[in-house]
Amino acid sequence: MKAPTIKNDILVMLIFSAVILSMPIWLEPLGASYPDLLQKFAIFGIFAVGYNILFGLTGYLSFGHAAFLGVGSYTAVWSFKLLTMNIFPAIIFSVLLSGLFALLIGFITLRRSGIYFSILTLAFAQMFYNLAYSVLTPITNGETGLQLARTDPRVIDRLFSEAGEGLPSTDFFGLAMSGYSGFYVCAIILIVAFFISQRIFHSPFGIKLRAIKSNQTRMKYTGYSTRPYLLTAFVISGMYAGLAGGLMAATDPLAGAERMQWTASGEVVLMTILGGVGTLIGPMLGVGIIKYFENIFSALNEQGLHQAYSFMPDWLSNILVPMTSPFVGEGWHLTLGALFVFIVVFLPGGIMEGIDMIKKLFSKKSSEPDFEPIEKKTTPESGK
Amino acid sequence: MDAIFLQILNGLDKGGAYALIALGLTLVFGTLGVVNFAHGALFMLGAFCSVSFYKLLTLSKQVKDESITFFDAFKEQPYLEIWFGDYGTAIIDYAVPLSILFAIPVMLLIGLIMERGLIRHFYKRTHAEQILVTFGLAIVLQELIKSFFGANPIPMPPPEIVSGSAPIGALFGLGESVVYPWWRLIYLAFSGIVIAAVFAFLNMTTYGMVVRAGMMDRETVGLLGIDVERRFTVVFGLAAVVTGLAGVMYAPILPPDYHMGMDFLVLSFVVVVVGGMGSLGGAVAAGFLLGILQSFASMNEIKSIFPGIDQIIIYLVAVIILLVRPRGLLGREGVMED
Repeated sequence: MKAPTIKNDILVMLIFSAVILSMPIWLEPLGASYPDLLQKFAIFGIFAVGYNILFGLTGYLSFGHAAFLGVGSYTAVWSFKLLTMNIFPAIIFSVLLSGLFALLIGFITLRRSGIYFSILTLAFAQMFYNLAYSVLTPITNGETGLQLARTDPRVIDRLFSEAGEGLPSTDFFGLAMSGYSGFYVCAIILIVAFFISQRIFHSPFGIKLRAIKSNQTRMKYTGYSTRPYLLTAFVISGMYAGLAGGLMAATDPLAGAERMQWTASGEVVLMTILGGVGTLIGPMLGVGIIKYFENIFSALNEQGLHQAYSFMPDWLSNILVPMTSPFVGEGWHLTLGALFVFIVVFLPGGIMEGIDMIKKLFSKKSSEPDFEPIEKKTTPESGK
Repeated sequence: MDAIFLQILNGLDKGGAYALIALGLTLVFGTLGVVNFAHGALFMLGAFCSVSFYKLLTLSKQVKDESITFFDAFKEQPYLEIWFGDYGTAIIDYAVPLSILFAIPVMLLIGLIMERGLIRHFYKRTHAEQILVTFGLAIVLQELIKSFFGANPIPMPPPEIVSGSAPIGALFGLGESVVYPWWRLIYLAFSGIVIAAVFAFLNMTTYGMVVRAGMMDRETVGLLGIDVERRFTVVFGLAAVVTGLAGVMYAPILPPDYHMGMDFLVLSFVVVVVGGMGSLGGAVAAGFLLGILQSFASMNEIKSIFPGIDQIIIYLVAVIILLVRPRGLLGREGVMED
């Protein structure tokens, strides 16, 4: 890895911002440029970028992050109900509360590592989920999910205006959270979140987290207590999840417990893995690819497939349609699972590793001795 | 008293299922060292073995319904009834117990394919990667089942003769009002038999002895000239069969649907860590223990003191055990203690 310089970081940051903000334009030809999907890109991007801070840097595989997402969502909806439809306080509260929960859960779960940590987080996530469905129904409204109602107090809003007809919608100081303006709000938050994550990656703190991943015992012998660092990383990623949850509620003011199920945590793991664990851009790529294809694939049906294959000869498309139809529409999750297996088996580093491999392939041809990574030199074939 | 007795029974039969699944899981973990998140899917596949066997038996054709004479009415009649008459009807009635015979080879085959095809390549990878790949596999399996059988639960009838309740109170002299479903009693007995069979296999046969030796020290066993890999493949198959059988017999209790595996997966992991990673006896003991704890927690008297305790008791116990007794109840020293 090249040593990161400030100049480089700023360049990456600028490119990233430009790419994100121009998404409505360059996604147009791909048929993905509508606000709903764009908002999802941004929100899940925040979720995955935050998850990557924990999993990517420290290697601690948490299956409980959906719980923080859920906490964020519920908090935001309650803030809409009680205080104001402005998302600003809602998001602040969701981040703080999910951070608090993360502190609590992290304090307990981080006593163990490896698979035990995974199972502990899983157990906590399951507890949250079950409680949200049963005893906590006064707070979570159980299976129906927490919704806005006309009779909600909304004390701050009432100070300025009378209750209007119908349900009010969320806004950011007057900027509506639906449509493209909603996307831009989410996108700017994503850019800020990404910037923070970039700073963490390249800070001494980030290096310590990486040290924990590569050899925790050695780190301890060097005189560091690892748990405070781990806990900080856990809380930060929990807050990111809460932020994503809050934004999710802001774009669609409804919070349901199914968001907290542990398989939802599995989804963010998948996104992170697909893009490339421990890389900056990777998780964002993973989110984009999964959400994009989810959208495209789950809308396809047999007719759509016939259309998609219309450029092929008839006999070929007649064979291909029945073969591929179980993988689209309702069966999109099948594709997802298969993709997951494929990635873990063949490309554990995700897409970023794939890109690196291709880069190496090309750079080898042009200038061979110049840019050889150090690990390569110790392998037997190049050591002769 | 009656209520407590019933809760113990309830806990025991739930515990029977937990114990069977956890036994399979810990067999795989103890021998192969692989954390298998697709284990719940095996349970689900077992349950769907009985569903597909039932469907197979009730393949039917349309025949004329002779009891209606006004017009030509047709009804579905299974081939088995047409061919064998009343015997056919009896066979269909006993579809669930009979599907055990069908499930054993099928689950063994699935287990072997899974091990040879995928799990084998992950022995040397990290636990996180094992979790991820088997999690992906679990998604694939459950979605395949969904695309074949649909998303709705499919109710499976137990045989007619045991579909009622057993007057268990009268048997134990506790009062006539205490009754319990026959099928659940059968499930409890069945799980006891399977557990006993697995332990007998491991403790009383030479094959089992080698497997146990392999769990202790894989390298030495390999150096003695024994093909450990092949034995372990068989152990994976065995674990798949045990879990599958747990699923087959569970079908009349809980109508199988495609995501039942994921629901049981978390539970079974919790059971395994409470019992101690790699400890077979621990898995069984913890299965029954957690089953009983759960059913006591769902009593109204206890729920009124701690609301919601029935939903979280298992996880709570797991968290406490993991924190105060890192190697579980009966875990061996030195196995996965970090």
